[in-house]
Amino acid sequence: MRQITVLSGKGGTGKTTITAAFTVLAKNIVVADCDVDAPNLHMLLHPEILEKKEFRGSRMAAIDETKCIKCGICRERCRFGAITQDFTVDPFSCEGCGVCAIVCPVNAVTLTERISGYVYISRIRYGFMVHALLKPGESNSGKLVTMVRQDARLLAERGGIGLILIDGPPGIGCPAIASVTGVDAGLVVTEPTLSGIHDLERAIQLLRHFNVRPFVCVNMYDINADNTDRILKFCEKNDVEVVGKIPFNPVVTKAMVNGKAVIEYSPDADVAKEIADMWRRLCSELSLEVTC
Amino acid sequence: MIVAVASGKGGTGKTSLAVNLAISIGNAQLLDCDVEGPNAHLLLSPKVIRQKPVYRFVPSVDEELCDYCGRCAAFCQYNAILVVPGKILIFPELCHGCGGCALVCPRKAISEKKSRIGVVKEGFANDLKIVFGELEVGEPMAVPLIREVKKYLDRNRDVILDAPPGASCPVIETVKGSDFCILVTEPTPFGLHDLRIIVEILEDMDIPHGVVINRVGIGDKREIYEYCEKKNIPVLLEIPYQRRIAELYSRGIPFSLEIPEWAGKFRKLFEDIKGLMGK
Repeated sequence: MRQITVLSGKGGTGKTTITAAFTVLAKNIVVADCDVDAPNLHMLLHPEILEKKEFRGSRMAAIDETKCIKCGICRERCRFGAITQDFTVDPFSCEGCGVCAIVCPVNAVTLTERISGYVYISRIRYGFMVHALLKPGESNSGKLVTMVRQDARLLAERGGIGLILIDGPPGIGCPAIASVTGVDAGLVVTEPTLSGIHDLERAIQLLRHFNVRPFVCVNMYDINADNTDRILKFCEKNDVEVVGKIPFNPVVTKAMVNGKAVIEYSPDADVAKEIADMWRRLCSELSLEVTC
Repeated sequence: MIVAVASGKGGTGKTSLAVNLAISIGNAQLLDCDVEGPNAHLLLSPKVIRQKPVYRFVPSVDEELCDYCGRCAAFCQYNAILVVPGKILIFPELCHGCGGCALVCPRKAISEKKSRIGVVKEGFANDLKIVFGELEVGEPMAVPLIREVKKYLDRNRDVILDAPPGASCPVIETVKGSDFCILVTEPTPFGLHDLRIIVEILEDMDIPHGVVINRVGIGDKREIYEYCEKKNIPVLLEIPYQRRIAELYSRGIPFSLEIPEWAGKFRKLFEDIKGLMGK
């Protein structure tokens, strides 16, 4: 089974647009939306939910005020500043480690489990989709990403599907790391802005750090020719293959407004053709059977 | 006043807004809390006057003392320690650095060692003070570095915090303690979807907030207005989709420097927020 992650470093460069188009082109695939904080792929692929599972990502401390003697030991030991002046737990700071519970001399602290999100296993026209929603403000998104990927793998195994496509989160921190470990290739979608270039470099370093083969797609390449040139030179120097250069086209936003992948909405548009070419190139580089 | 700039969805224009606002109001401080992809300095080219490496603590085991009793592994909520007969394994990338394993170890076999997670840089761009963090590649924990960046907060200045995208712990850590949060969105279904998520967080945290709609002209802004009206959230500013603005951003130039009427609009935005806050 092969796995490809679409990532970017910088947000808003077009990861989800590209992932949705690839899903349509691949025809029989398991797609995993690992941007669990702000998932958007479902808005283009319209999954029909088959199963919903609870995600219990973290615990939270609770202080029993009838037992608490206000000694302050918990506040002193808490590394996250989560115990307030009046001995309550700040839910936005508590990381559920449990140190307060073991240092409390009167056993006034308990850890309570909470539901931090949900994982959904769904059917789409092009196979299956695993997606999730982290409850706003919850932590441990990396753990939720891992759960999404496990379910995607199980589905692919059971369904005899050879390819998992992962829509990754922005950034290079824990959910991004959880989205790229152990995959066959990472496609970094960038844009020709200074921020795009800066974050592209970090995303490629991340892939190399985890021994994942990097590929690059320059989205909206025609908004700044000089910067696109810089990206191409950078990639050449660092031996990274640029598999696609996608022009700016307002049809991408129109497709999104209509809830469709750009390839479905406007198959004859220049962007759709470029994305299809990119998919063929990526498939051939990875020796995947081309379905388009 | 401390004003955070957040969005949920990435790439809606947080950094552009944060930078333009900070330079327009004058004498401000900008804290770039997007330590995974810090970009504000690219628009400001600050003169960096100081930098400091940041560390976090991860456990280190003295195997001479360890008898593999497994209490540390049983305690660790993050599965960062695995004990099997005759062997103990530490996974630093899962460790949150709470220090609990060292506390529960009956043989005092666990100590904490420093692990470098990134660097905080401090500099000036004219009268603007800027602080930004850079997370080490391969390091999963952004929150401790954000906490470090926020220690530089200068209460004698107006402070703008540039938040990372998303809606989980790094965003919470950034907006915590702010007087107001500006939510930058774009008039697309993705923009609105992620705006709803971030609004839920700010309501829970009790932080007053308002919306700036960027790239007006793409998609349809009516749905954003309908949502904001229903939620009673003020729409503070519209920024049109203009090739010139996009092009200036791509070259790393804050557009309020090149299109001067915008500096006034950003100053007014800040005054409006002060008005909303009764300050």
